[in-house]
Amino acid sequence: MTAQVKYDEIEEGAALPPQTYKVDRIDLVKYAGASGDFNPIHWRESFAKSVGLPDVIAHGMYTMAQAGKYVTDWVGDPGAVVDFGVRFSGMVVVPDDAGTELEISGVVEKKLDDNLIVLALTTRAQGEKVLTRAKATVRLA
Amino acid sequence: MPINRDYIGRTFPPTDPYEVSRVKIREFADAIGDSNPVYRDRAAAQASGHPDVVAPPTFPVIFALGDTGSVLTSPELGINFAMVVHGEQRFVYERPLYAGDVVVCESTITEIRAAGRNELLTIETEVKTVDGAHICTAYNSLVERAGAA
Repeated sequence: MTAQVKYDEIEEGAALPPQTYKVDRIDLVKYAGASGDFNPIHWRESFAKSVGLPDVIAHGMYTMAQAGKYVTDWVGDPGAVVDFGVRFSGMVVVPDDAGTELEISGVVEKKLDDNLIVLALTTRAQGEKVLTRAKATVRLA
Repeated sequence: MPINRDYIGRTFPPTDPYEVSRVKIREFADAIGDSNPVYRDRAAAQASGHPDVVAPPTFPVIFALGDTGSVLTSPELGINFAMVVHGEQRFVYERPLYAGDVVVCESTITEIRAAGRNELLTIETEVKTVDGAHICTAYNSLVERAGAA
């Protein structure tokens, strides 16, 4: 496995460059198809509103996957991820016309032995945190 | 309504074998908007030290819960699915999941408890190859929201 970030060059507290990912309805439709989660709250506005939601919302696992992409893009190798967990704390509302954006940032929370580090991730939509306790343990080069 | 605590420790039968394919990995990577070549190109994956195309970390969500739905929706367990949201998710990897892996999942309900006014149920899933090699453990917590009081 070739992570591109070197353990010796990373310090606790270091901030990763933030990223912004656009989310549109088509992304949720594609995710529904790929994941097999066809819950209509993720693609049918009338249904979402009928169950009290403000609009169509993203799959939690779609949002988690974006946070995963953030980590694997930074570390350079998806195989470097040894532990990845999140708590879903808020909805990602995806309006029909403009979609929304996920703003993701990360900090090196801890350096462990064996070239492992723990990243603490922050994921926001419309300024609100949508994931909490989002952490990834990755093995660096 | 509290969820039936008698279900703590309930194990589900192993899932049918699921074959991880390059095509499915590519489709999933496309769906999450991730253009990483190790999700698409065997040569690129091998250049990164992998035997074949790698699955994204959240890929096991596709197959991990298998057909546990019939138990989770049973009246005896007592979950009102209209009120359920995904609470937490975690994957702990022994090694990456690769195209060509044929995996079987074994799930156990490890926890049912109150979380504030809500109820929380956690399912732990061991993902192993059909040869018994452990790939990852997935933890999936569902939250049944309390209705308006």
